[in-house]
Amino acid sequence: MKKVKSADITALVERLCIEACCIISEDINKKFKSSLLTERSPLAKEVLSTLIDNAQIAREERSPMCQDTGMTVVFVKMSQNIQIEGGFIEDAINQGVRQGYEKGYLRKSVVEDPFNRVNTKDNTPAIIHYELVPDDDVFHITVSPKGFGSENKSALKMLTPSEGVEGVKKFVIDTIIEAGGNPCPPIIVGVGVGGTMERAAFLSKRALLAPLDVVNEDPYLSNLEDELLEEINKLGIGPAGFGGTTTALGVNILTNATHIAGLPVSVNIGCHATRHAEGEL
Amino acid sequence: MNKDTTDKKVITSPFTNEVINELKTGDMVYISGVIYTARDAAHKILFEMIERGEKMPFEFEGQAVYYAGPAPAKPGKPIGSVGPTTGGRMDAYSPTLIENGLKVMIGKGTRSDAVVDAIVKNNGVYFAAIGGAAALMAKCVISSEIVAFEELGTEAIRRLVVNELPVVVAIDSQGDDVYKKAIEEYKQ
Repeated sequence: MKKVKSADITALVERLCIEACCIISEDINKKFKSSLLTERSPLAKEVLSTLIDNAQIAREERSPMCQDTGMTVVFVKMSQNIQIEGGFIEDAINQGVRQGYEKGYLRKSVVEDPFNRVNTKDNTPAIIHYELVPDDDVFHITVSPKGFGSENKSALKMLTPSEGVEGVKKFVIDTIIEAGGNPCPPIIVGVGVGGTMERAAFLSKRALLAPLDVVNEDPYLSNLEDELLEEINKLGIGPAGFGGTTTALGVNILTNATHIAGLPVSVNIGCHATRHAEGEL
Repeated sequence: MNKDTTDKKVITSPFTNEVINELKTGDMVYISGVIYTARDAAHKILFEMIERGEKMPFEFEGQAVYYAGPAPAKPGKPIGSVGPTTGGRMDAYSPTLIENGLKVMIGKGTRSDAVVDAIVKNNGVYFAAIGGAAALMAKCVISSEIVAFEELGTEAIRRLVVNELPVVVAIDSQGDDVYKKAIEEYKQ
């Protein structure tokens, strides 16, 4: 049995909050640069250059790329043989968020209740997803601060099986047209298909974390991702919504077994930073 | 952004009608001078104060409002990262604020028809800053002071002095909308 100390979880989450907000993922940075070569609009090229400059400033100064340092979404992947010592895992994670947002000079954007809307002033509570894995001794955390410019433009629909893949494609495209320039394009598109309503939503969130330079192992999904990316980039929305041929940097699809009567589809839109950082104990 | 070009257009805030009239949708310009931050919560309060006939916390005429809630400032810096937030969430309040003189806005994303109408009627302008380029924009801020609603934290109204803040004219005084126009141009 592997033991993990709650204080170590706190320290890891603290570090990952700051890293995720200040350091752009290399796969995204590479996409910015390759998009500069293919983008047709001069204004869009200006925007892409600005995003590259911004990411560099943020990395060098350890300041957040975006002032909206998000609601903190934390994915925990752990083995069932892990024993947490020194306190409740959820408290340890929230303490890490508290410390990370304070020490990293990150904005505190969370309100304690959707109706009374009083700021908790430390960005807690985090949204935490736990996943148990069969391998022994795994304790892995991904921190993904999610800004609401893009979160607000995400959507879910319960399609019927007869609508099929064409219905899924149409819903993805319609969601992105409706989002327009608001979610800070060039966006990353996470799509969850199947399962139940909440499973599709979860998968679309997790799909945002998949690296852009890794091809989906499922050839059907890989083709669908390519097709959707091409269609999205024909929409004309462009970087910052100012028009152009770079509306999305990538599309990632995750699927799940579902019910004979259903075809849930969820689209989670990530902004051009789609921040995430991971580590393990 | 475009540091090497010498022909970049710098405009000064507060704005005169002459400057506003010259701006055309899709123009990239750089704002220097004074701007005021206000976002969701401050807009709600300003709107309610207008309805009650109260005095505004700053003079609206010619001034620009920046839809932004900055990250905390590090020691020795005037402000933390400070990019634009979605303008559409201010749509419910903006026509009233525009009617009362606050007709220059900086945000990101599309606006409602009512906001566009109010811009045209009052000779206003809506600029879009580049969403997410917040670390870069913080470097354009020379000073920052809270002028109202300190209790709102990041949502307080701040008076910023900025130097060459990069923005794009998103809706000009004629009501021409970059989000509609540019998309049509690049749609395939």
